[in-house]
Order: sequence, then structure tokens, then C-alpha cells
Amino acid sequence: MAWDRNQMAARAALELQDGTYVNLGIGIPTLVPNFIPEGVHVTLQSENGMLGMGPFPIAGTEDPDLINAGKQTITELPDTSYFDSATSFGMIRGGKIAMAILGAMEVAENGDLANWMIPGKLVKGMGGAMDLVAGVGRVVVVMDHTNKHGESKVLKYCTLPLTGTGVVNRIISNLGVLDVVEGGLKIVELADGVTDAELRAATEATIVN
Amino acid sequence: MNKVYGSAAEALDGLLRDDMLIAAGGFGLCGIPELLLAAIRDSGVKDLTFASNNAGVDDFGIGILLQTRQVRKMMSSYVGENAEFMRQYLSGELELEFNPQGTLAERMRAGGCGIPGFYTKTGVGTQVAEGKEHKEFNGETYILERGIFADLSIVKAWKADTTGNAIFRKTARNFNPPAAMCGKVCVMEVEEIVQPGELDPDCIHLPGIYVHRLVQGTHEKRIEQRTVRAA
Repeated sequence: MAWDRNQMAARAALELQDGTYVNLGIGIPTLVPNFIPEGVHVTLQSENGMLGMGPFPIAGTEDPDLINAGKQTITELPDTSYFDSATSFGMIRGGKIAMAILGAMEVAENGDLANWMIPGKLVKGMGGAMDLVAGVGRVVVVMDHTNKHGESKVLKYCTLPLTGTGVVNRIISNLGVLDVVEGGLKIVELADGVTDAELRAATEATIVN
Repeated sequence: MNKVYGSAAEALDGLLRDDMLIAAGGFGLCGIPELLLAAIRDSGVKDLTFASNNAGVDDFGIGILLQTRQVRKMMSSYVGENAEFMRQYLSGELELEFNPQGTLAERMRAGGCGIPGFYTKTGVGTQVAEGKEHKEFNGETYILERGIFADLSIVKAWKADTTGNAIFRKTARNFNPPAAMCGKVCVMEVEEIVQPGELDPDCIHLPGIYVHRLVQGTHEKRIEQRTVRAA
């Protein structure tokens, strides 16, 4: 037993602080808005130039001028604002965005993050990921704890090219929640039906108590 | 002084040459200067370097200039949607300089503001930082990134008056203002040209000082990822 994609997104939604501005990456993070707790209002930033991102449009109302950072058609809200890319990354680099929830290929115990390229495979680019991890107040990573071969993606050192060094604050995986602390990772929470021993066995990184 | 031209080809007349650096607006296929890109293809100019966040798709956006091998180098943050791009890149025909998206936007903005370089934390400790000057400010490490000074800017706006004061629509603004700012000459295509006085001066997104030539046209505005929810 472990959390599925929706359960991971629901757990990540508990990280959202009322009244903050947040950026969500592609993949599982895009599911997070489905689980925002009642009474919590967050404003979602889309780094292509929008604050106040709304849900997908109803069929027939798609607007080619209104897309998110994943190039998907979206909608606006009453409090939406639009701006150019330099302004958008100004607010990211300037620390105005409280938190980013992002996917990851690998995370290391010192908070290093790799999520943009696999050498020898198709290189697509880092997009805004390097800017986000360098600039936002808090980085929460949502990821599968192991790869399809069962090998840990929560490592002592990242093996893939880095997106940022020492940038990750919290990891939410299918097996549980870990924080990056002095000396390694600290277990915060176990996923439903996952034991402490199972989480440790799936983690290459140092776990501190 | 007349800034309004009758076609994209006329608006680019005398501005194009081989080996030039062109800054282009747009994010994905949203807000791209599609008419000017088609006119550049038709001109046959080659060995172009594009500073553009993306490279279009195979048959739209900058992709149409890749098909005709008119592009030598891309300065981009994400090029994942273009198979022909990948083929040319992997075979060594096309040069690629990856820029973090915000760094690319700021490099354009900086160039347009006369700033030759700036320090940023983005990319420190990654491949992006290799070969760049590192400097400490207040105990944190930053890298030097350079402003982009393009030979030509091509951008797309929603509406502009005949003096080039421009308004963009929703997320189609994206890279268009910084791209417009960083070129020696900026050519802008719009959906509608209006007379001075018809746009609220308090609501201009890009002042006409940055826009040298204007052309009005009909845009396909292709959607890259059509996503909808149940009614």
C-alpha cells in the first residue's frame, strides 16, 4: 500500500497556506487544486504570465490566448492579472511566490533537485524550473519514491544534471513525507499502509531522527 | 512618420540578412508572431539565431523555419514539442543554448534597458553556471548573465494604435514586451490597428517607442494543448 497520484496531490494540498501565491509544476502538482482544503484561498501563478489561474475551460470556450505553463487551455478568475514573462520571473526571482510544488526525477539528502534532463535522452529544456527553485520561498517536491526498477530516487547525491542545489524543503512521495534537515532527511509522515521500515528501505539518502 | 505597413513582407523589407540575431515573442504557440515568421521563411534569409522561449512545433511557429534549415542556433528554455528540432539538434545541424526561462526573459529586458549584464541565483550549481562569472552578494552566490541585444525583434500584440502603443491579450503577452524591447528594430504584428486616442493611455502595455513597424493581419492562433472540463 502507498499513496496514489491523487492521494499524493491531496497531501501536497495540505501544504498550502491561506492567502499565499503558489506555483504548481506539471505532472502530479497539476492535480493539487482539486484538493485545496476548505477555507484556504491560494492564488496560483502560471509563469507564462498570470496570477489567479482558473480551471480548464468548458468545451467550446477554449481561448488560444489563455494557456498555462504546460500550454494547456485554462480560464481566468475575478482576481486574475496578466503580465509579461520578465515581470513573471521577477516575482519568482524576487521571492514573492511563497511556494512551488514540483515534480522530480531525483532528490538528494542536501536538497539538491534534478528534474530537467537525462543525458543521452531527448533534451527538452529546463523551462522555468531553475528560476522557480532558486527564487520561491519554499520548494515542495511530489514524486514517486522509486523508479520503475525499484531503485530509490531519494538519494545521497543526485546522479542527473541538477536543477538547483540545496533547494528542496519537503518531499511528498507515494511512501510518505520527508523534510530536508541538517545531516539528511527527517521522516515527517508515513503514507497509508507504509511502515517506517519500508520507507527507510526505499530511501538511499541518510535518514536522521 | 508612418509605422504601418501593408503586409508582413513589406514590414520586414530591408531589415533581414543572413546570420542575424532575432528576438521573438511568444510562449509555446501562444502570442507568437506567426505572420512575420512566415514572411521570414519566404524571404529565404538563413543562418539565423533566434532568442525565443520555444521553437514552435513542426509545422507552426519557428518550426517552419527549421523545416527550411534557415535557423542555425536557438536560445531557448524549452524545445520539447518539436521533432524536427530534435532531429537537427541531435545530428549537430542546429546549435542550442539553453537558458532558464526567467533568465531568458530578463536577458531580453536587460538588453532593452541598456543593461549588459546582471547577477542571478538561477542556475547556480548547475550546467547553466558553467563558464560564467560567480560573485557573492550578502553571503549568497550569483552568476553573471548577459543582456541580449538583438538585431531585430518580431512580436505579436492584440491591438496597437498607428504609433505603436500596444495592448496584449491575456497570456499572449508573455515574452512579447521583453523581446520587443531588446531589438535594434522591432516589427510588431497585431490583430487590429486603431487610431491614436482609441486606446486608453493608462492601459498601454508597451509604449510605441519600442515599436518601429506595424502590420495588421489575420491570425490562426493555434492551440497546442486543448484541455477542457465537463460542462
